[in-house]
Amino acid sequence: MQRSFFFRNPSILVFIGLLAVFTLAVTLMSAGAGSGAISTSFVKTLGRTLCLCLVAIAMDVVWGYCGILSLGHFAFFGIGGYAIGMWLMYARTEEIVVSSLAGATLPPTPQEVSDAIGSQIFGVVGSSDFPAIWAFAHSLPLQLLAVVLVPGLLALVFGWLAFRSRVTGVYLSILTQAMTLALSLYLFQNDSGLRGNNGLSGLQNMPGEDLGQDVISIRFFWASALALGLGYVLFGWVVSGKMGSVIRAIRDDEARVRFLGYHVESYKLFVFTITAVVAGIAGALYYPQAGIINPAEIAPIASIYLAVWVAIGGRGRLYGAVIGAALVSLASTWFTGGGAPPIDLGFYRVIWTDWWLVLLGLVFVLVTLFFPKGIGGLVDLLGINRPVKQGRTGDYGPDVGAWRKREGEEE
Amino acid sequence: MATLLEVSGVSVTFDGFKAINNLSLSIGEPEMRAIIGPNGAGKTTMMDIITGKTKPDEGRVLWGEMSRNLLGMSESRIAQEGIGRKFQRPTVFEAQSVRENLQLALKNRRGAFAVWLRPKGPTDDERIDALAEEIGLTDELERPSGELSHGQKQWLEIGMLLAQEPRLLLVDEPAAGMTPAERQHTTDLLKRAAQTRAVIVVEHDMEFVRRLECKVTVLHEGRVLAEGSIDHVTSNQEVIDVYLGR
Ligand SMILES: Nc1ncnc2c1ncn2[C@@H]1O[C@H](COP(=O)(O)OP(=O)(O)OP(=O)(O)O)[C@@H](O)[C@H]1O
Ligand SMILES: [Mg+2]
Repeated sequence: MQRSFFFRNPSILVFIGLLAVFTLAVTLMSAGAGSGAISTSFVKTLGRTLCLCLVAIAMDVVWGYCGILSLGHFAFFGIGGYAIGMWLMYARTEEIVVSSLAGATLPPTPQEVSDAIGSQIFGVVGSSDFPAIWAFAHSLPLQLLAVVLVPGLLALVFGWLAFRSRVTGVYLSILTQAMTLALSLYLFQNDSGLRGNNGLSGLQNMPGEDLGQDVISIRFFWASALALGLGYVLFGWVVSGKMGSVIRAIRDDEARVRFLGYHVESYKLFVFTITAVVAGIAGALYYPQAGIINPAEIAPIASIYLAVWVAIGGRGRLYGAVIGAALVSLASTWFTGGGAPPIDLGFYRVIWTDWWLVLLGLVFVLVTLFFPKGIGGLVDLLGINRPVKQGRTGDYGPDVGAWRKREGEEE
Repeated sequence: MATLLEVSGVSVTFDGFKAINNLSLSIGEPEMRAIIGPNGAGKTTMMDIITGKTKPDEGRVLWGEMSRNLLGMSESRIAQEGIGRKFQRPTVFEAQSVRENLQLALKNRRGAFAVWLRPKGPTDDERIDALAEEIGLTDELERPSGELSHGQKQWLEIGMLLAQEPRLLLVDEPAAGMTPAERQHTTDLLKRAAQTRAVIVVEHDMEFVRRLECKVTVLHEGRVLAEGSIDHVTSNQEVIDVYLGR
């Protein structure tokens, strides 16, 4: 079974192979585990990119394969980041507080420690009490559980309500945007308990161990590569075989799938939830490499970018999503980070930080119009995949009954 | 011949237009029934009601030994109860291969986790081969079904219908776009299915209906105009007026 699974899906093996080679190359060049040819901050950028690739393949499964244009998957990504960020911030602050109180003559009581952590973390929002939402922040296992459970449960409840009422198409997209907007507005409030627009910061520091950023960065890079590899295999499994066949059938004609006896809503809920969980995990790996998370990360536009990446990379093929996410996010870093040289047109200087979004929008429109298969579609040119003719041959009903009959007699 | 499906007093209105008007109909198991009627008579709408796609304004649709009402059930539930449907225009999954289409339809557990974790039954491949043989698509199994000719798509959909092993087959214009030889084959196939199952066939083509050698129901303006043998209904003056004499 296992062997035949990879045998039937050789692209998964190819991807894992390339990912392994890439990981090894970065490791050998990193400062934490190799020659130091590439900077620690670039290792972090690459690690973050792998996380974005992971959330992009989740997006591809839900949109490209199942046809649900969710514009809310970056919210699940952000929730994962917040969940792990709470523990990181708590544990790190606890260390600092304990060491600074260690000099006192009397050993501090647990209450004093807790109060000191509280005022450290919540000072910026004028508070020092722990909100209820931080109840488990002291425990890494519980917050790791939250990384999986909170996005999963939110997706389950949201999806159940939406799919059960047969909300589809653009209405569903709007609904997911509304969910995302509501979540980010909630987080922006100071009394949300998550430090309002300050967000959570200092996430790049690992509590417990006294490791340099070079070592931490390469470890997170490894973890991100592993997560991407596992996620790729998981989704490769979901979208192959009969499950994949049902999911693609739902995308193409969900009413017909119902008449075959499949409960379409359950399948959509399954896909929506499992992709939300993976998005949460990707976020939990991303934000420690970014160092900071704030509500702006969850803004509705982020989820739209996610769809743009997948569209540019090529919907309905997992590697397409990876290509799109990697290229566009790295290009975005390059253009907005001042890496791209300005173009002097004589009468106007094109500064890329201002024009990058325009360029991205243009690329998106061009790809959608002229190259709907995306960059991943280039692989078809290699002639490995047999192209599938799209679209139906027109209606053929009783309205042309006489014609049909004539056709039959011509035999 | 026990009654399998009983439609009684069903009416449905679309924007003030009564597409089905106090329709009653019952079918036994096994039985073959042909339904004829002019365009817009409500034949497809009747199938929509039985399969749960359209909710009627009034009436009941009772099913099986327990006489359970189908009207409260979802489309997928009704299909699982054993009602299979072939659509008027072929609706197969064009981007997927013939094999995948048949595999989708094959009677198996339909739950998401069952499908994911146990996608294939031990006899699935044999069943697919047998079906492909029956519908003449053995050589096309690996082709995307979108590439098939119109007649082949009709066949594929009939194959998908048989793959579900339903107790009741609703077949909307099965012979559309088929050659005379293919029509003959379709007739044979449906007649064979009707030896053990209930089969309702909607057709316009009188010759085709005649060859089915079964009881015929004539629909007109959403109600039953006449019912009986083909000779009986074709000699009915009302039927001649609204349908045959057109
Ligand atoms: N969803 C709908 N909304 C509005 N009107 C509808 C709808 N479905 C069917 N109708 C109307 O109901 C009437 C019956 O349609 P139906 O498709 O059942 O006819 P039919 O007997 O299958 O005809 P044909 O032989 O053309 O297939 C038609 O006048 C049709 O326009
Ligand atoms: Mg019809």
